[in-house]
Amino acid sequence: MNVTLRVWRQKNSKTPGRFVEYQAKNIIPDMSFLEMLDVVNEDLIARGEEPIAFDSDCREGICGKCSAVVNGVPHGGHRGTTVCQLHMRHFKDGDRIVIEPWRATAFPVIKDLVVDRSAFDRIIQASGFISVSTGQAPEANSISIPRVVAERAMDAAACIGCGACVAACKNASAMLFVAAKNAHLGLLPQGQAERYRRAFTLVKAMDEAGFGSCTNTNSCEAVCPKEISVEFIARLNRDYAVALLRGSGREAASSAD
Amino acid sequence: MTSFSALYDSTLGKKYIMALTGAGLFGFVVVHMLGNLQLFLGPEPLNRYAVFLKSKPGLLWGARLGLLLLVFLHILTAVQLTLRNRAARPEKYDRSKPYRASYASRTLFLGGLALFAFVVYHLMHFTVGTVDPSYLKLRDAANRHDVYRMTILGFSHPGVSAFYIACMAVLCLHLSHGVGSAFQSIGFKNKQTAVWIDRVSKILGVVVFLGNSSMPLAVLAGILR
Repeated sequence: MNVTLRVWRQKNSKTPGRFVEYQAKNIIPDMSFLEMLDVVNEDLIARGEEPIAFDSDCREGICGKCSAVVNGVPHGGHRGTTVCQLHMRHFKDGDRIVIEPWRATAFPVIKDLVVDRSAFDRIIQASGFISVSTGQAPEANSISIPRVVAERAMDAAACIGCGACVAACKNASAMLFVAAKNAHLGLLPQGQAERYRRAFTLVKAMDEAGFGSCTNTNSCEAVCPKEISVEFIARLNRDYAVALLRGSGREAASSAD
Repeated sequence: MTSFSALYDSTLGKKYIMALTGAGLFGFVVVHMLGNLQLFLGPEPLNRYAVFLKSKPGLLWGARLGLLLLVFLHILTAVQLTLRNRAARPEKYDRSKPYRASYASRTLFLGGLALFAFVVYHLMHFTVGTVDPSYLKLRDAANRHDVYRMTILGFSHPGVSAFYIACMAVLCLHLSHGVGSAFQSIGFKNKQTAVWIDRVSKILGVVVFLGNSSMPLAVLAGILR
């Protein structure tokens, strides 16, 4: 099959980008979307042109590295699918496909389709963790966790931090990502000690990174390759409200000293 | 950072302000509609109700100032959040698909601005009397302000009535997303309740639309005269 690509090309974060059209010829429908881009790139390299830069790593939908907005939808719009797991059989011969990077002030474009997602790392560094004493592994059954709780924590922990939620949101809000991290740690007994301080500090780091606010449009949930529910956003809103009532901001500030 | 400054500075704190002021304003919309629906009971109950509302100037002005504060906070916070959101996503996608996001959720801010303009007109129309000063001079048999006659006269212009009904459609859209969204913002939603909260939110939007639109429609249809 042959398709026409309209790809965002941008040299670096300083130079403005633009769309360039390419023909992708002799594409096998069983190829993944990224394999199709590999084919186009081989052709570009053979012609002595700069290949299209895009992020990818595991190519099996679990690492969260790949990121592209395909025809206006992050990861291409197939339920629970990253763009590396999107296959060319979902397109028709002769289709015109628009490929863009995640667009958000907090995710500046590094090159072409590659964006800098270190804003997420800064949020995790701020308080996306639990403090435990290291040493001998504790007895596995000493803390009992109800199965439903463990399952819900796992639902939130499925977040791979790809940033599709930010890319889909009209406000470039990182609420679904932050809410997932807050829930996967805060649901478990080990995460209780820092629960409200964590909620407070995560939101602070999120705001400082320049993400927008949540207007509850739910488009993040729709594009999330791990189908993380917006119910975790309600949980973050709840935890943050309790954090304010408990004065966790003061606590967070004093522990940072 | 203290809790109080976090309430004002953080995006989540601002959303609590949006939700709580929105809840207050929604409460007013419902009470205002129920009170006005006495129009269908005739001049006597409506005019008596109007006198009752104005019988305690302290309470009346307290309520008015309270509402003004709610409106001010709701709009100020909305503007602050919207400016922040636009700055967070300055570049649009080539093909912007509003994926899953409902029309109501995407137009909340613009709809809100339109509603503010409507409220200003509505006050000039029936409260301050700028539109037609003779409205405030109408008297009924008991020498009370004839609110019933004023309403009938006000809605007997098809253009004015059409404008009111159109604005109620905007309000319906605003509430259908806003009421449910408020519950999400203050964290009162979970997987079980979300479906019902969203459903009830849409129903309330439609109820407010039908309740308020019934008055200009009844006047235009000649049911009320």
